[in-house]
Amino acid sequence: MDAELSTATEIPQPNSFSFDEESLKAIEAIVKRYPPGKQASAVIPLLYVVQRQMKRSTGSGWVPNKGMDAVAERLGMAPIRVYEVATFYFMFNMKPIGKHHLQVCATTPCWLRGSDEVSRACREAGKLGGWGQTSEDGMFTLSEVECLGGCVNAPILQVDDDYYEDMDYESTVRLIEALRRGERPAPGSVIGRQTSAPEGGPQTLLDVPGE
Amino acid sequence: MALSDKDRIFTNLYGLQDWQLPAARKRGQWDGTKALIEKGRDWIIEEVKNSGLRGRGGAGFPTGLKWSFMPKQASERPHYLIVNADESEPGTCKDRDILRHDPHTLVEGCLIAGVAMGAHVGYIYVRGEYYNEHLVLQAAIDEAYAAGLLGPNACGAGWDFDLYVHRGAGAYICGEETALIESLEGKKGMPRLKPPFPAAVGLYGCPSTVNNVETIAVVPTILRRGASWFAGFGRPKNSGTKIFCIQGHVNKPCNVEEEMSIPLRELIERHAGGVRGGWDNLLAVIPGGSSTPMIPKAVCDDVLMDFDALREHKTGLGTAGVIVMDKSTDLIKAIARLSTFYKHESCGQCTPCREGMGWVKRMMDRMVEGRAEVAEIDVLEQVTRQIEGHTICALADGGVWPVQGLIRHFRPMMEERIAAYKAGRAAPMALAAE
Repeated sequence: MDAELSTATEIPQPNSFSFDEESLKAIEAIVKRYPPGKQASAVIPLLYVVQRQMKRSTGSGWVPNKGMDAVAERLGMAPIRVYEVATFYFMFNMKPIGKHHLQVCATTPCWLRGSDEVSRACREAGKLGGWGQTSEDGMFTLSEVECLGGCVNAPILQVDDDYYEDMDYESTVRLIEALRRGERPAPGSVIGRQTSAPEGGPQTLLDVPGE
Repeated sequence: MALSDKDRIFTNLYGLQDWQLPAARKRGQWDGTKALIEKGRDWIIEEVKNSGLRGRGGAGFPTGLKWSFMPKQASERPHYLIVNADESEPGTCKDRDILRHDPHTLVEGCLIAGVAMGAHVGYIYVRGEYYNEHLVLQAAIDEAYAAGLLGPNACGAGWDFDLYVHRGAGAYICGEETALIESLEGKKGMPRLKPPFPAAVGLYGCPSTVNNVETIAVVPTILRRGASWFAGFGRPKNSGTKIFCIQGHVNKPCNVEEEMSIPLRELIERHAGGVRGGWDNLLAVIPGGSSTPMIPKAVCDDVLMDFDALREHKTGLGTAGVIVMDKSTDLIKAIARLSTFYKHESCGQCTPCREGMGWVKRMMDRMVEGRAEVAEIDVLEQVTRQIEGHTICALADGGVWPVQGLIRHFRPMMEERIAAYKAGRAAPMALAAE
């Protein structure tokens, strides 16, 4: 991946991090899921809590060093154990990102359906130089991601937590322009498909009990 | 003969109806669960064995047999059910539909599977990217608790069962069962050596069984309708219904639940609107997710979609993600992109995988250009044989099989590419240098 190389020392790190009310409430519920003494299991969920709190408080969802330290302290883990988890998993941003995270699936199933065009549209409409870069206005960060698991609706562009499906160049440009205007189009198929059913409507499951 | 709607298990696969409990009950879920549980652990395992259900996560191991490996007697070590919802195999998007549209099939299945393996606690490990899907699943679990279907004395059947959702964070390797367990324990997702198998030493060192979402979610319906009903679909040892994900160069990509052993051509033409440009425009199909080697059109013409038929053609059913590629496809590039995927997803623990996936990717990138010698195709093939079977888990195997499939069926295409490159540039290359 061509992501811009960066070391932790080059990244402006906040001097402190402490969990806010919302995070503390979430943590309380998370830690209860695991048996006593096994709270290390909560490390991934708590790193998400850090990332979400950063998004709430700064507009950029990422995990600073102090945030990892706070997780280590809360779970009684050595900080290194948290660092190695945070850097092993792809979904934790170890440096600040833009307001919207554009994640283009480029694995073969999406590539066969035109993911190159989706990433070109992201670069052009989002004014992004390449993978791993953030636009100058801070609106977008572009990432190449591996299979998102929505292959029958390929190609897929994940924006933050949402999947936009059946994309092409034009629909990607439209989506990015809408995001720039502060709109949030409904996620899912942009060509009006019923989720994973074939285009034109389901050919099966037309006769099932229920509603 | 196509499967009829009355024999489909996932009747809300497309989300045409509501996923919530009242609608799920109307579709037949949570019907008589108490009575099924009261028939007991041995009966449940026997029924699942008799149904012929094989794991739907790719390996196809008989589910009833797997459950029977859990210790019969409870000890001070609790048993755990773990559901693998880390659906990340390129080409696979079936579990996503279960999680977001039919979550109660899974939640009910977890309770029954928990009883069958003596587990009072279950964790569902959902891939991190399925954020919206995990919200639906959690809401379905909350509904089940509120209705007394989970929790103490679940369904009033005398079995306590708690079920939790745990999100991953974007690592394909965590779909490997022991890597998943490591991840669930709060570590990097690096697979463990087996033995000991999870049924002996799994999560927190306790007996555990990891099953795919679809495997667990079909169980309640199997028990309600009978093992022989499920076993009646597909060929012997390949029984049941299965969700297929048909994608790539077809006119109408879709997910569909069909009978096992359906001919590949019928599957594509009946449900996915056929190959783009007609059947004769077909070049090759990856039949079961990215790890399964591709098969050329001549094989696709009459191959059946089940474990054994595909194995005869040196490929596999895998997760039943059917990736269709027509004659416009640069097959070398399609496989090179998969090599990039496996390089990216290698956890780095075993040397043949950590180094090998990168080497294979760089070689494949050169093959895409044709910037290679013909003899290097053999070098590439031999190196994949050195990687295969020499690592703790199967990621590296899955990483090299697509390359082997390409060489097996389309070597002339690779040679042509090399010849074309040479024609445009005279200088010879150093052999097997990256």
